[in-house]
Amino acid sequence: MTQYFIALSVVLTVIIFIPLYRVLTGPTLYDRLLGTGAVATKTMVLILIIGLVFNRLDMFIDITLAYAILNFIGTIAIAKYLETRGYKKK
Amino acid sequence: MEFLHLLAGIFVSFGAFFLLIGSIGLIRLPDFFSRTHATGKADTLGVMLVIFGLVLTQGFSLNSVKLLIIIVFVFLTNPTATNALARAAYRFRLTPWFKNDKSKNKEK
Repeated sequence: MTQYFIALSVVLTVIIFIPLYRVLTGPTLYDRLLGTGAVATKTMVLILIIGLVFNRLDMFIDITLAYAILNFIGTIAIAKYLETRGYKKK
Repeated sequence: MEFLHLLAGIFVSFGAFFLLIGSIGLIRLPDFFSRTHATGKADTLGVMLVIFGLVLTQGFSLNSVKLLIIIVFVFLTNPTATNALARAAYRFRLTPWFKNDKSKNKEK
């Protein structure tokens, strides 16, 4: 079971590198923000699986919850800021 | 107990598959407004399936309750953040992609 989760964490690391292409070469600013959100969502899952491998899941769950809250607050703040900027510009 | 671990492995595998599909959609879809579908729905389902698989490995304890709280949090917040970004792009007059339009999307 531990071997399976170690292999899965390697696969998830490869999956995380795919949206990084969209972050680096996005046509617009919004594509880059969407890519960072996708990377953060997959990193949450990776942290949980590493915690299961290390047998310290009780500690890593709290880290994951804090990470999810930070990701959500950051995305909402940037989206609201860009929304008001769009109003002012047009 | 072994049966629960097998079921957890199946759930986690399906979740990783959906995460892969969401990532490929983020690369391959033609427009920002269509890329929000990939990261708003497929990624959310993948994260929920993986965490539910981890709940099955933990049994009935404090860890599984916290993991269920994370599932509810992701189910509420991930589409909300995507929707906020899409609305900001729409208010900024980002041109959507249509089927006969050959030009790339660009900020107007």
